[in-house]
Amino acid sequence: MSAPLLTIEDVAVELPTPRGNLRAVDHVDLSLDAGRTLGIVGESGCGKTMLSRAVLQLLPKKAKLTGRVMFDGQDLVRLDAERLRRLRGRDLAVVFQDPMTSLNPVLTIGTQLMETIQEHLELDASAAKARSIELLAAVGIPAPEQRLAQYPHQCSGGMRQRIAIAIALSCEPKLLIADEPTTALDVTIQAQILDLLAREQRRRHMAMIIITHDLGVVAGRADELAVMYAGRVVERAPTPALFKRMHMPYTEALLAAIPKLETAPHTPLPAISGRPPDPTRPLKGCSFAPRCRYAAGRCHEAKPELKSAEMPGHLYACFHPIQMSERTDA
Amino acid sequence: MMQIAARTASGTPLLNVDNLVVEYGLGNKTVHAVSGVSLEVARGETLGLVGESGCGKSTLGRAVLQLRRAKSGRVLFDGEDLTAMEGEALRKMRRRVQLIFQDPIASLNPRRRIGDIVAEPLIIAGVKDAAERKRRVHEVLGAVGLDPELVSGRLPHEFSGGQCQRICIARSLVLNPEFIVCDEPVSALDVSIRAQILNLLEEMKARFGLTLLFIAHDLAVVKAVSDRVAVMYLGRLCEVGPSEQLFAKPAHPYTALLLQAIPVPDPDMRPAESVATGEPPSPIAPPSGCRFRTRCPRADQRCSAEIPELREVAPGQFAACHHPLA
Ligand SMILES: Nc1ncnc2c1ncn2[C@@H]1O[C@H](COP(=O)(O)OP(=O)(O)O)[C@@H](O)[C@H]1O
Ligand SMILES: Nc1ncnc2c1ncn2[C@@H]1O[C@H](COP(=O)(O)OP(=O)(O)O)[C@@H](O)[C@H]1O
Ligand code: SF4
Ligand code: SF4
Ligand SMILES: [Mg+2]
Ligand SMILES: [Mg+2]
Repeated sequence: MSAPLLTIEDVAVELPTPRGNLRAVDHVDLSLDAGRTLGIVGESGCGKTMLSRAVLQLLPKKAKLTGRVMFDGQDLVRLDAERLRRLRGRDLAVVFQDPMTSLNPVLTIGTQLMETIQEHLELDASAAKARSIELLAAVGIPAPEQRLAQYPHQCSGGMRQRIAIAIALSCEPKLLIADEPTTALDVTIQAQILDLLAREQRRRHMAMIIITHDLGVVAGRADELAVMYAGRVVERAPTPALFKRMHMPYTEALLAAIPKLETAPHTPLPAISGRPPDPTRPLKGCSFAPRCRYAAGRCHEAKPELKSAEMPGHLYACFHPIQMSERTDA
Repeated sequence: MMQIAARTASGTPLLNVDNLVVEYGLGNKTVHAVSGVSLEVARGETLGLVGESGCGKSTLGRAVLQLRRAKSGRVLFDGEDLTAMEGEALRKMRRRVQLIFQDPIASLNPRRRIGDIVAEPLIIAGVKDAAERKRRVHEVLGAVGLDPELVSGRLPHEFSGGQCQRICIARSLVLNPEFIVCDEPVSALDVSIRAQILNLLEEMKARFGLTLLFIAHDLAVVKAVSDRVAVMYLGRLCEVGPSEQLFAKPAHPYTALLLQAIPVPDPDMRPAESVATGEPPSPIAPPSGCRFRTRCPRADQRCSAEIPELREVAPGQFAACHHPLA
């Protein structure tokens, strides 16, 4: 078996703040094979974006990063700036929640696409233009040739996100990181963008990380899920295994809080009370303890380590896991 | 002609919107934001209003509250025509109706303390007694789950999005209104906080005897709190009906499309690819006939020639479609 495309090893990110050191990512291990999709799920502030920025080596300047990020055989943490820059446009691509993060408002869409393509692939202007049109068509933009001359502000939010995806895909990346790509969009457009990402991924055999706060967005689309809370991965499993038998009270609570179509109106939603802990004031025990309905004893004293469940590839970090089979329930 | 959009079970509705038209000028063009919408909301009822961004939900909500004047049509609140009201009469009426916005942080003045922000409507309404104001502010802050002593002296930036939305809800309750337009109050919030705020709105509705117009673009969110749901597309209503019925048996192709687009948190329900195609056309030049026809799989000649009127397709359920789903 070949090595995974991406391995995140013991990655931690700390940010100095006026309130003290903020541990945004707290010793995370993850891996992803070529052509597969990993979903990273959790509430705002739990470190999803910082983790993805650690992979991309796009952290704020003052951030302190430890650990290793092995991508395609090299450690990105130790790669020099020039090689990183080349890698990012080419093998490693990203789509953000706000497409304007990656689009330049004063350049036409055509210029932006063609610049990226020409910088990373050796194509002349006319070939780059042809490729741009092809890409815009692939991401579902009507009349792609006319679009080339337009500016981002002349497009709707959904169209801008499609263009950002076209730019991200332009150099056939091996890994695409999509950080809440549809959070700002309508459900109908969200469905289209997620379909588009899935289709392009299959076609290109590209690996993908989808980051979201909504389990519904990744349930039918990711091969594997990692649930993050307070900077840590607290549960990780192949998607079917996770939904069949989740062990973390936090995962259960996240799922329960989503309004379901089959539920009658005016049924109170099982909300998670309170908020995640202040990341500058780490708790002694389990970070979820103040909000957890199963918290007892040890939960307030010690941090549960990530350990294997009975299903292969399923890990959880909890002293009182739910839905354990009798054999392994200790 | 007047459309009968939503007959409620009994009595006169608290709110009656009759053939409302709202437009914006844009250079020498006209944005047809709301084009002849009629609906009713009974006292104590929550009417959900859904549709994609830009379909006119906020415009309709604001026109109901007279924050944007309609070009034509009427808004009857408790039997009185708000569109004909001005000055003091309108100001008096406005105390009975309130608005909550999508972006809680942006809708709070960053330089004012929470206690003052929540008290502001009382001052505008002329409540001169400071002790009475403080009593009311404490009551509503407590009601939305905040500790009045702890939060009154603090500034908005010290609070999270979810807490800011609680503060906005407190402010909207302080004048004891009868009716609140909730304009996407949870769209900017995380799933976990969203559930807290939806529950809070339900509690407040029961406790203060409110009637709500609840605007959102997510059908599952709308269903959680609404007795009836109105589906809007490009300035017009497509379908109105009791929540359960509308979700179980949508008659309008657009309602069906919205339902299919909801991400379902179940890996066995792999989403059917591309149920929703394209984006809504511009409200500057809306399509002739049925405005949904450019995206509708059932569209035919008649759909481009003739505007479909709302018709009752099942008891209490109305759809504006020439070829409704069975
Ligand atoms: N530039 C920054 N400086 C300091 N703290 C930050 C910065 N960006 C994010 N954080 C903090 O890091 C933590 C993790 O944030 P983030 O990774 O953005 O979470 P998520 O993407 O899951 O919402 C949060 O507590 C957030 O407030
Ligand atoms: N002040 C304005 N001037 C011009 N057009 C506007 C204005 N406000 C809204 N619109 C347009 O009116 C239409 C309806 O907008 P809105 O009511 O905000 O929709 P929604 O709330 O459903 O997203 C949109 O096309 C929007 O661009
Ligand atoms: S370790 Fe304890 S507090 Fe933490 S999730 Fe498990 S049961 Fe809840
Ligand atoms: S009237 Fe025609 S175009 Fe409009 S929704 Fe019905 S079938 Fe579709
Ligand atoms: Mg983020
Ligand atoms: Mg709006």
